[in-house]
Amino acid sequence: MPPTEHVLVLALMLFCIGAIGVLVRRNIIFILISLEFMMNACAMVFIAAGAKWGQPDGQVMFMLILAIAASEVAVALGIVIQMARRFRTLDVDAVSELRE
Amino acid sequence: MTALILFYIAGFVTLAAAILAITRTNASHALIYVVVALLAIAVIFFLLGSPFAAALQIVVYAGAIVVLFLFVVMMLNLGKSSVDRERALLTRGIWTVPSLLALMLFAVVLFALVSGDHETEAQARMIEPKEVGIALYTKYVLAVELAGVLLLAALVGAYHLGRRYLADRREEEETS
Repeated sequence: MPPTEHVLVLALMLFCIGAIGVLVRRNIIFILISLEFMMNACAMVFIAAGAKWGQPDGQVMFMLILAIAASEVAVALGIVIQMARRFRTLDVDAVSELRE
Repeated sequence: MTALILFYIAGFVTLAAAILAITRTNASHALIYVVVALLAIAVIFFLLGSPFAAALQIVVYAGAIVVLFLFVVMMLNLGKSSVDRERALLTRGIWTVPSLLALMLFAVVLFALVSGDHETEAQARMIEPKEVGIALYTKYVLAVELAGVLLLAALVGAYHLGRRYLADRREEEETS
């Protein structure tokens, strides 16, 4: 079994890649993809912790994260469709009407 | 030993696919790399002795969530113009500051990991789906019900946001 520390470092790298994606990209589809990576990194930490202690709790938490990710994606893609209909773009900078 | 080598290969594939996914200009190409990354993560879950989580990762993430993304990308029919705009936006300079910030975050947590004590030894055993099911429906039954309520709320929200009349009403307001 791979050492827990190495799994944690891998999850941390994945989380950082997701964070860079959220900060850099302006296309909402890519921001959502980056969020998925960040959520997957968190799930990996839970699995690694569960494996370290030999308990099923980590996988239970993984399933809850899966439910959260699925509901987040469903609502977010609904917003994406509305955005494409109203503004004819997926650029998040275009959707700043609240400021004006 | 083989598990360790497989872990490093899968980890490398995960990171490479993730980096490629967030640097693409075409959304559907990026989603294919996302599938690769998620499958590599499923391999890691399996190596960590969680076969049920690995199966769920493939079925739910790679099978359902990414397909949902692909449906939306295909429905919106993003043409070459969006690819060109993305390419114009993604200059080299735009990556530096976010990468630096993320690198600082990485360094801090890595320091915390390295300086911690590692006295407990990892217990190398498979955690069977049976154990997970028993824990899920005894200790965590309330969390399961809350997840059900969350999914119901997401269903209602997605249905409401996806309805066409929201867009039509705005167009009516603009024309009147």
